[in-house]
Amino acid sequence: MAEGAVLAGCLCPGMPQLLLCPEANPGWGALRAACGRLRDEIRASGADLLVLYSTQWPSVIGHQVQADPAPEWVHVDQEFHELGSMPYRLRMDADWARACVEAAHERGLHARTVAYRGFPVDTGTIVALSLLDPEGRIPASVLSCNIYADRAETLVLGKAARDAVRRTGRRAVAVAVSCLSARLHTRPVPPAQDRIASLKDDEWNRKLLELLAQGRLEDVSQLAREYGTQAHADQKLKAIWWLAAVLGQNNRYRGMVHDYRPVWGTGCAVVGLVPTDRPAAGHEFDEEDVERYSGDRQVLDAGAGLGPAAPPERQPRGDGAVVAADAPRPVGAYPHARRVGDLLYLSGMGPRQAGTDAIPGGPVRDTQGRPLAYDVEAQTRAAIANVRTILEASGSSLERVLDVTVFLIDMDRDFAAFNRVYGEHFGAIGPARTTVAVTALPTPIAVELKVIAAA
Amino acid sequence: MAQGRIVAGVLAPHPPHLVYAENPPQNEPRSEGGWEELRWGYERLRRSLAGKAADVLVVHSPHWRTTCGHHVLDLARFQGLSVDPVFPNLFRFHYDVAVDVPLAEAIAEEGDRAGLVMGRMRNPDFRVDYGTLTSCHMVRPGWDLPVVAISTNRAFYYFSDDVGQREMVALGEATRRAVERTGRRAVLLASNSLSHRHFTEEPPVPEDMSHEHVFHHGQYLWDMRMLDHMRSGRTRQLIDEMPDFIEQTVSECKEGCLTWLMAALGFPDYPAEVHAYGTVIGTGNAVVEWDPEGARAAHDG
Repeated sequence: MAEGAVLAGCLCPGMPQLLLCPEANPGWGALRAACGRLRDEIRASGADLLVLYSTQWPSVIGHQVQADPAPEWVHVDQEFHELGSMPYRLRMDADWARACVEAAHERGLHARTVAYRGFPVDTGTIVALSLLDPEGRIPASVLSCNIYADRAETLVLGKAARDAVRRTGRRAVAVAVSCLSARLHTRPVPPAQDRIASLKDDEWNRKLLELLAQGRLEDVSQLAREYGTQAHADQKLKAIWWLAAVLGQNNRYRGMVHDYRPVWGTGCAVVGLVPTDRPAAGHEFDEEDVERYSGDRQVLDAGAGLGPAAPPERQPRGDGAVVAADAPRPVGAYPHARRVGDLLYLSGMGPRQAGTDAIPGGPVRDTQGRPLAYDVEAQTRAAIANVRTILEASGSSLERVLDVTVFLIDMDRDFAAFNRVYGEHFGAIGPARTTVAVTALPTPIAVELKVIAAA
Repeated sequence: MAQGRIVAGVLAPHPPHLVYAENPPQNEPRSEGGWEELRWGYERLRRSLAGKAADVLVVHSPHWRTTCGHHVLDLARFQGLSVDPVFPNLFRFHYDVAVDVPLAEAIAEEGDRAGLVMGRMRNPDFRVDYGTLTSCHMVRPGWDLPVVAISTNRAFYYFSDDVGQREMVALGEATRRAVERTGRRAVLLASNSLSHRHFTEEPPVPEDMSHEHVFHHGQYLWDMRMLDHMRSGRTRQLIDEMPDFIEQTVSECKEGCLTWLMAALGFPDYPAEVHAYGTVIGTGNAVVEWDPEGARAAHDG
């Protein structure tokens, strides 16, 4: 596989007016048209991945990366709900999301993928993807904006994204979904009278845009702190820190400010940046660069005398280990799954329920070992549901299962019923399968599945 | 119609962990429990509220954030799936919320009259935030009372804590007037924690209580000071000290819910009942009840 590359970067506002009512204000329409020009440039670049960082997706537990291959919902903005609903069906590159999280871990960051039905994709992401890739031609991935992250952490996140692009062979365009200044009106203003809420914000926005037009992204990145003290920066301008890191932290770009306008008091710009070979023109790079994050994230056990974090069997460690919060507690020193390359190896999974350890269909024996009547169909359904939970927590799905090994404690009694339920779930998927009878399983269950799936 | 009244005011924090730990059928993830101090505190609160014949919950939530004024849910029913964007592993809650529309509109009207900007949420696709849902669920898990939900406003962040406080006082007083003129017997819920510096990582098993502790001792001292004010009926002093509390503990009181509640209750000078104090991922949380009718009866007696 050829090494991937970041082909270009851009700044795109995530304000819903651009999507839902561009006709209400000529400036909003102009910004939407500018996004259209950016869209054409992205298509012409041959990109096969859009990597977004959205300031409207806040996170606190490190950073999150969207890994649902096709998130779908009807979104309503919490502020601008009167503008209407935003139905979306997006196309995400789940493989890249996992690679990005892995790269983030290697650089000392906390990061995790999210792939939950109904996860609330933020307004900014929906607006940006709807305008830059309305037909969903190019798979995307979205990174959250950690509300506590400083410059160092955000730079390292950008570098991790760059690592992931390189390793996965993608040809990516990085999209910073952010306003410049983000002071919204606090009282209703007719759309035709929209303006930047603060003159100082406007002046500082124009300074940054002057530099971006010259391709001086790193200079803008290093001005961000000052900008943040002088103007009402959108999330401290973290999106610019991230974008600069993804693009390689220099000033060697062809910059194009497609437009700059107010949207409900904020300062919104559509900017394209394409790497060039021209020299850095003697600009100074003052701020410290950071390759690996070593900030104060390890606070969980900061208190004295807390003792060991947890029994060792509850803390499987090592690269690729998956512990799913919604899956039944392991009964030994093993994770729910382990990812190796493009494959996921799941630990043997029975029907026990997360949290309660209850066994749907009933246990096969009581605590004294006396046999009990049980329902193998119910157990099989529950075991498959657990497998699904772990796969989805790993960013995979039941549809990606390749191979299943089935353990039954009573082949004669249970095979037919088991086989019926299995067929309902896997018949259309068609993984390879081996079914064996065993004398017993570690808990009083009748069926266990051992699964290998594509990650 | 008899004049309405606020029958209880509650500091009702909303960590989604509490719903997760309860394993209600509406929530998709399953847990092994956890955060019992707070959950049992909510149990005590529910017992205390049982005899008050409340007919509506009015909740002010920090996780419905608006900049242009305050907004209220203004349709009779909101149904859907609420997934916490920060803790999606813990909170994926199927909700069916009945709204007391006449009271919601009365609050909006009173807010308008007070010079506040008030918005009305009439988009049925809107997803109710997890703060509103968690506080309401923990107070009334049977969901047998209608709800009025009010968004938090960013005035604290845009202007200053003092400006934000003033706005919340106006909103609290507007809420009280609306309750009185609509004849409701309302329980008001301020859906926020106290100190709010929290961990930025979580253990593999979120409910593993061996990891749970207050983020730092300073937060604990501040939380205890604020709770002492509440237990002693010194709520005006509590409000006076709130800007420092917010600054030094990154308190979620910056979202204004507690100030709103205190104003709605007329800055109580009677003791509050602290049903529980506990931490959730390092933040300080307390379940606290003000009982104006009980205080009035004690005074009259």
